[in-house]
Amino acid sequence: MAEALLEIVGLRKSYGALRVTDGVDLRVAAGTIHAVIGPNGAGKTTLIGQIFGAIRPDSGQIRLAGRDITGLSPHRRARLGLARSFQITSVLPEFSVLENVALAVQGSHGSAFRFVWPARSEAKWNGLALAGLERVGLAGRAGDLASALSHGEKRQLELAMALVAEPRAMLLDEPLAGAGPEEAARLIALLGGLRGSCAILLVEHDMDAVFQLADTISVLAQGRVIASGTPDAIRADPVVRAAYLGEDF
Amino acid sequence: MRRSGLLLPLVLFGVLALVPGLRAAGVPLGGFWPLLLERVIVFAIAAMSLDLILGIGGLVSFGHAAPLAIGAYTVAILNEANVTEAALVVPCAMVAAGVFALLTGAVALRTRGINFIMITLAFAQMVFFAVSSLADYGGEDGYTLFSRTRVLGHDWLGANNFYVSALVVLFGVWLLLRMISLSRFGRALAACRQNRVRVRALGLDPFAIELVAMVIAAMICAVAGVLMANEAEFVSPAYGGWQRSGDLMVMVILGGIGSLHGAILGAFVVVLAEEGLGRLTQHWPLIYGPGLILAVLYLRGGLAGIGVRRG
Amino acid sequence: MILFVVQALNGFQLGMLLFLIAAGLTLVFGVMKFVNLAHGVQYMLGAYLGVTFAAHAGGFWPALVLASVVAGLAGLVLERLIFRHLYGRSELDQVLATFGVIITLNEIVRVIWGSSPLELAMPEGLSASFQLMEGLRYPVYRVALAGAGILVAVLLAFVVNRTRVGMLIRAGASNQEMVGALGVDIGGLFRLVFGVGAMLAGFAGVLAGPLVSVEPGMGENLLILAFVVIVIGGVGSIRGAFVAAVIVGLVDTLGRAMITDAAKALLSGPASARLGPAVASMLIYLVMAAVLAVRPTGLFPARA
Repeated sequence: MAEALLEIVGLRKSYGALRVTDGVDLRVAAGTIHAVIGPNGAGKTTLIGQIFGAIRPDSGQIRLAGRDITGLSPHRRARLGLARSFQITSVLPEFSVLENVALAVQGSHGSAFRFVWPARSEAKWNGLALAGLERVGLAGRAGDLASALSHGEKRQLELAMALVAEPRAMLLDEPLAGAGPEEAARLIALLGGLRGSCAILLVEHDMDAVFQLADTISVLAQGRVIASGTPDAIRADPVVRAAYLGEDF
Repeated sequence: MRRSGLLLPLVLFGVLALVPGLRAAGVPLGGFWPLLLERVIVFAIAAMSLDLILGIGGLVSFGHAAPLAIGAYTVAILNEANVTEAALVVPCAMVAAGVFALLTGAVALRTRGINFIMITLAFAQMVFFAVSSLADYGGEDGYTLFSRTRVLGHDWLGANNFYVSALVVLFGVWLLLRMISLSRFGRALAACRQNRVRVRALGLDPFAIELVAMVIAAMICAVAGVLMANEAEFVSPAYGGWQRSGDLMVMVILGGIGSLHGAILGAFVVVLAEEGLGRLTQHWPLIYGPGLILAVLYLRGGLAGIGVRRG
Repeated sequence: MILFVVQALNGFQLGMLLFLIAAGLTLVFGVMKFVNLAHGVQYMLGAYLGVTFAAHAGGFWPALVLASVVAGLAGLVLERLIFRHLYGRSELDQVLATFGVIITLNEIVRVIWGSSPLELAMPEGLSASFQLMEGLRYPVYRVALAGAGILVAVLLAFVVNRTRVGMLIRAGASNQEMVGALGVDIGGLFRLVFGVGAMLAGFAGVLAGPLVSVEPGMGENLLILAFVVIVIGGVGSIRGAFVAAVIVGLVDTLGRAMITDAAKALLSGPASARLGPAVASMLIYLVMAAVLAVRPTGLFPARA
């Protein structure tokens, strides 16, 4: 197995007596898609929150390319090459589509503290942003307001914003949530094309998509990883079947 | 920047430049209107600086009179020490206001929403009571300046030159704020207004961005405070009163939030309401107050937004 | 020592006054997410109505009841005419519109009662002072005021924690959709909370009347102190408002007395006279900053 780019070791988080993350270990190798699935309430959202720094774990470690990032704030993590998409679509509605991505370029390539020169006419960044939009097939809408996009297009925009940062690892929190079948198919193709560019941790409810995309799947239940392996191994695992009680894969 | 048209701002500056223009052409212009416009210009500088954080950054600061009072009291305190050179007074005022904004902003920005409003208001009230208790500078009664501030030895802030100097400062502040709002920093600040969590996920630190914006706004507002003290040749705690903070917000909103030049329109309306209506009736707040309520309820987008289609 | 006791008592009594104002404000915000700057106006109105009713309706006690009720009704009228159009609007809109309400009502008060300060006489029975300890007499009225504050606090705590309405108020503060889903008339709940809040502020105004000068704008300084109370206590929390009100009242009153003394001891004469009062007046704001530095949501946040 290739070296783990994103590594989570012994992560624990409790709210009172409730253990939402109970010693989770995950290794996401470079260039692979690693899906985390699990029934509702398994602790997926809390896990994502901890990996990205919105929630502080009680113990355990999160490492990005060997570096301990457990205590860093979200924007520092982003600077080190951790990009994310949100479960609920999160774009900047008053900016144009291009500006949304250009700001993502700014976040990863430059600082906020430059007070002269109009940001809109920075050709190099706009070029990078446009290239990002082309990768997700949204270049045609570069000039529109982000708020005017359809739900699926906003999902594509979020992906572009993550991609232009040239991240080492990406966290995709239910990227297909709310997308119609056509949009979903397009997004799945898009996500499949990202394999090899960075380590991707994918949290998703759509099992078809998960089994189509993932190289490795980890199953989370009651805050623990109860199984981890290739899609075929997971499909055959009796423990997983028990956790999902009769749900068909 | 939501609206970046140049026509309206240039018209506004053109109108303000009429007074010195006509004077230069030999028209003897005096009395009410030039004095009123003088005050409009000074207030517009303060309101425009507030627009950076309120309009572009979305930070509802109810304490922007504090840097105004700090600027004005810097003039008074240095005046008492016989320092009247702008090259000293203005940097002192800006640094004092900047440090104040840095310290209080670092506390206020830990919170959001209603708490942020109440905390900025409370810190401004702290300045108000602090200057009210400065017995050496007149306490609650205020302090009359011995002399106006001189600029590199010139009498540019004297009664005869004040209008033009203040207008030049306003124009410079407008150019500066416009440049900032269009820059990377301004874009990041506008992004913080829309979605802080998203900005953070992109690798930018909203706290630092907003704090720097508050410091910049306070420093510019301190310059307005210096001008205000000179215009009246007098400072009083009322410069930092909560009503003044409210008035500045009203100017920004009425003029058109986030437009920068709207602050000029807003300052004109508010100053005219106070001084113009004040000449007609001592009960002018009975017109200003209800007018304000109605404007909030029915006039969205401010005066600069009238006729502008909103997307 | 005697001075300290007197200042501590005065501070507690200021705290109770602040609590009466902050309680309504914090509940109104907790339940309807409505920022009411004009809450201080109710306090002023209470004081003015108290003056008028005391003169024409048979003295202090009837005035206390009448003025509180009328101030509460005035609050409901404002809610009906203006505030209800602001629910769900941005905080900025709420702040500006209620700022307009303050300006307007301060001026209306000026038109009706004039600009010069008025006085409200203490009720006969409470105007004496009593022997608190060796060498210290303390006004009965101030003790009564503090007692009234405690009484209201106990009543509010009972209503909020033990009754159905209180449960709805608490639920409303944490999750408004849920209360709506229970089929409760949210509008009615709002008006109830609003009316009670306005009434408490008016009640505080009458009570404060004999101790302060009754004048236009008297509400706002107290209102901003009440904001400090709410910020320290945690928005939406009655318990927080009570604790923070006592803290603010004590710190402000004791601070003014002690810092001036301390400055005198540490610095030479004129400098202490200059700096002492300035520092003392900043004290509560520094306490607020210190609390927020440790707990950004206040001491007793209503929402988890």
